[in-house]
Amino acid sequence: MSITTTPNGYTLNDAGQRVVVDPVTRIEGHMRAEVNIDENNVITNAVSSGTIWRGLEVILKGRDPRDAWAFVQRICGVCTGTHALTSVRCVEDALGINIPENANCIRNIMQLSLQCHDHLVHFYHLHALDWVNPVTALKADPKATSALQQQVSPNHPQSSPGYFRDVQNRLKKFVESGQLGPFRNGYWTNPAYLLPPEADLMAVTHYLEALDFQKEMMKTRTIFGGKDTHPNWTVGGTPSPINVDGIGGVGGLNMVNLNQVHQILMDTKTFINDVYIPDILAIAQFYKGWLYGGGLSGHNMLAYGDIPDKANDYSPENLLMPRGAIINGNLKEIHEVDLRDPEQIQEFIPHSWYRYPDGVKGLHPWDGVTDPDFDVSTAKGSKHNIEQLDENASYSWIKAPRWRGHAMEVGPLSRYVIGYAQGHEYFTEQINGVLKTLDIPVSALFSTLGRTAARALEAQWAADQQLYFFDKLMTNIKNGDIATHGGEMWNPADWPKEAKGVGFSEAPRGALAHWIRIKDMKIENYQCVVPTTWNGSPRDEAGNIGAFEASMMNTKVAVAEEPVEILRNLHSFDPCLACSTHVMSEDGKELARVTTGPVGS
Amino acid sequence: MIETFYDVMRRQGITRRSFLKFCSLTAAAMGLGPSFAPKIAHAMETKPRIPVLWLHGLECTCCSESFIRSAHPLAKDVILSMISLDYDDTIMAAAGHQAESIVNEVIEQHKGQYILACEGNPGLDEGKTGGMSCIIAGKPYTEQLRKAAKDAMAIISWGSCASWGCVQAAKPNPTQATPIHKVPDIGNAPIIKVPGCPPIAEVMTGVVTYILTFGRLPSLDRQGRPLMFYSQRIHDKCYRRPHFDAGQFVEAFDDEYARKGYCLYKMGCKGPTTYNACSTIRWNGGLSFPIQAGHPCIGCSEDGFWDKGGFYNRLTSINQFGIEANADKIGGTVAAVVGVATAAHAAASAIKRAKHKGDQE
Repeated sequence: MSITTTPNGYTLNDAGQRVVVDPVTRIEGHMRAEVNIDENNVITNAVSSGTIWRGLEVILKGRDPRDAWAFVQRICGVCTGTHALTSVRCVEDALGINIPENANCIRNIMQLSLQCHDHLVHFYHLHALDWVNPVTALKADPKATSALQQQVSPNHPQSSPGYFRDVQNRLKKFVESGQLGPFRNGYWTNPAYLLPPEADLMAVTHYLEALDFQKEMMKTRTIFGGKDTHPNWTVGGTPSPINVDGIGGVGGLNMVNLNQVHQILMDTKTFINDVYIPDILAIAQFYKGWLYGGGLSGHNMLAYGDIPDKANDYSPENLLMPRGAIINGNLKEIHEVDLRDPEQIQEFIPHSWYRYPDGVKGLHPWDGVTDPDFDVSTAKGSKHNIEQLDENASYSWIKAPRWRGHAMEVGPLSRYVIGYAQGHEYFTEQINGVLKTLDIPVSALFSTLGRTAARALEAQWAADQQLYFFDKLMTNIKNGDIATHGGEMWNPADWPKEAKGVGFSEAPRGALAHWIRIKDMKIENYQCVVPTTWNGSPRDEAGNIGAFEASMMNTKVAVAEEPVEILRNLHSFDPCLACSTHVMSEDGKELARVTTGPVGS
Repeated sequence: MIETFYDVMRRQGITRRSFLKFCSLTAAAMGLGPSFAPKIAHAMETKPRIPVLWLHGLECTCCSESFIRSAHPLAKDVILSMISLDYDDTIMAAAGHQAESIVNEVIEQHKGQYILACEGNPGLDEGKTGGMSCIIAGKPYTEQLRKAAKDAMAIISWGSCASWGCVQAAKPNPTQATPIHKVPDIGNAPIIKVPGCPPIAEVMTGVVTYILTFGRLPSLDRQGRPLMFYSQRIHDKCYRRPHFDAGQFVEAFDDEYARKGYCLYKMGCKGPTTYNACSTIRWNGGLSFPIQAGHPCIGCSEDGFWDKGGFYNRLTSINQFGIEANADKIGGTVAAVVGVATAAHAAASAIKRAKHKGDQE
């Protein structure tokens, strides 16, 4: 047993009962969490482990860089498209390829539609059951539920008592069948659930409405990319040509498709404004006293920025999503972020199941290495039956990325706080509105609830920006510009012998970047540092804990055996584990490990 | 009181007349003819929900994401009214040991009566990844998979990961990712492969509803895929096929021919060697499919499609494409070469099949 203070300010004490949650469900991929809790059920030590590795970076070596988007898209089918977008940007950066304005508009609509879709599905289908109790919903009065619905969202048409009675009856039949399906073994008697039955029924109803609606909102990507999940992209532009006037117009994007896109965008905006946002505010009213889970969010936050207004300009001034880094909670100073600077982003592996040829020194992704080395020899249990991980040794398939040595949080909350600090008008207005409605101070943002709210606000913002880029696309077409692909440098024979590039985006879960080295027309090295690598990182050599771990610290658990609070905190990041597997650090830093007190080590 | 699919439809305000019409349409969509409509209706009126364990191995969750996009039937209705989705770590409320205990309970209580749906595959490498590239509850995913497979009524291999290996099995396959039917000691439950990266949503729900409706597995081809969806090539039913036959090809993205919707063969389209329903059922409620949106098919439902020489390289090197005047000859030549490639592929698959158990005839 030991008590340790981490350089990033957490006191870790592994003396109390160890609680293991494996698998952490309702996430993408596989993940394990272990915590120690003290006699008051407060978490005093937190360990998060990525439990999946697929080796895509290894597989990409020697391939055609123009194909890379399809491989890396399969890193994740939940944030589908965002890796592909990052990849084509990365290759375009390496080869100096410019894309047409229309391609930029279409890519932005696809990326923004992902933000809307992913955030919505995350909230209702992956996160809501941490706050909403479907069993309690059976006790609701449909009339009172109807009144609640009309109060929180007067514009939403599905609000009659009969409607809620129908949903409740269906739910009742479902529960009475004894086959609870996805709700089986949930923690439905846990006192951590605070909603009144009417709010539970309203939210469960919207769980089902959102499940129906989400399949509509991604159809823009089917129109532009041919299918969804995993639409098609291309280096140099977008694959679908525009033809609104010529022979064979039905072979390209035509007036019919564009009308469909417009309708989907309008419906998306309506659903987010009339269902998602009101639900978040309604649920937050009941949980606003539960302000655990802030973790690194008040301290170290990072965003790369995204959504270029004009094509081919990735400078912060041209990006509609903010870029920058906040260190030690100083919101007055936003640091510049340079993805090419070898001193800024580095991945470390002292607590990850990888090895570097030169030991544990941090590596910039252009020089990154992904070489697996699974080892749990100091863990409790056996190699194929881990009972308890040893966080002082390697314990995760996730590397530890650091920005200038700091563990960082990325994601919607980071983007919103950085935007707020920079005076981003739209974000600021939204944030102030929420704070006023809920009557809470700015500091309340730095919490699990703040993270969840920021995601909803971002969906609202993204729904509006989609329409902005749709208008832009239509204006271009009206002016006679129908180009979607430049054809520049498509032929590998035109490429330089060697090239390197970096592409970035803001995935729904946070800052994402890919680094490529091209040699003799093939991929020589490809490295991805993804949002969950940042948020889910294990400890680094200096002992800094990552954002997931920090978010669990000091949280009080109502029932140790039913870790709904742990799920709440982790889910608020929308973990994506298939994405996250790899990272590094600067060498030479001493472990700030202090063993104190009577508990010994 | 168990809610059947019929109850669901009635509750949604659908009349019996409309319900029967729906059954006829379902029969037609499955290519079954009108005589099957009463059987579908009977099944939907009476059957309780079948337990499903939906396990996730090495994967990207694109299959689940595709599944929830199903328009007919809605994913909501499949989950609430047609199956009992007792374990699916992507959406289930429970976590940790409360989640894991469900697997054991279902196996014990419903021996031989549950469906195992596999998304992803296990990594069998015992070297650098120590057999632990995918860990569930502290143990290799392979253990959970084998345990659940042993007593399953049937196994559905969702997507190209479970069916063939997919992206993590692309060379050099660092985790030794292995498709379900090739996992040693996987047992004898029949395996239905539903390949694609991901499979089409309505194909996924179509396979599930077929099993529930008829109480049997769909007819499979020699590789274990449902004949109704995978017996024809995308090229066979592609709406751009006339341009292929006429020798009219897109030469570059966004060129004059792309805007006219010509054939994408020269852009690397793998439609001529890809068995899937994209050009007929299409995607997301029949809205579009990759070729319709201007991109060549990358062949994502085919075994080893990642290692077949680049997505933008054409299938065969044929020079001197002509104009329409001699299109028959050109079209014929291309088809012949593709045919040889397909035959060679089929032969190779047959040999592989002979070496591994678990394939369906």
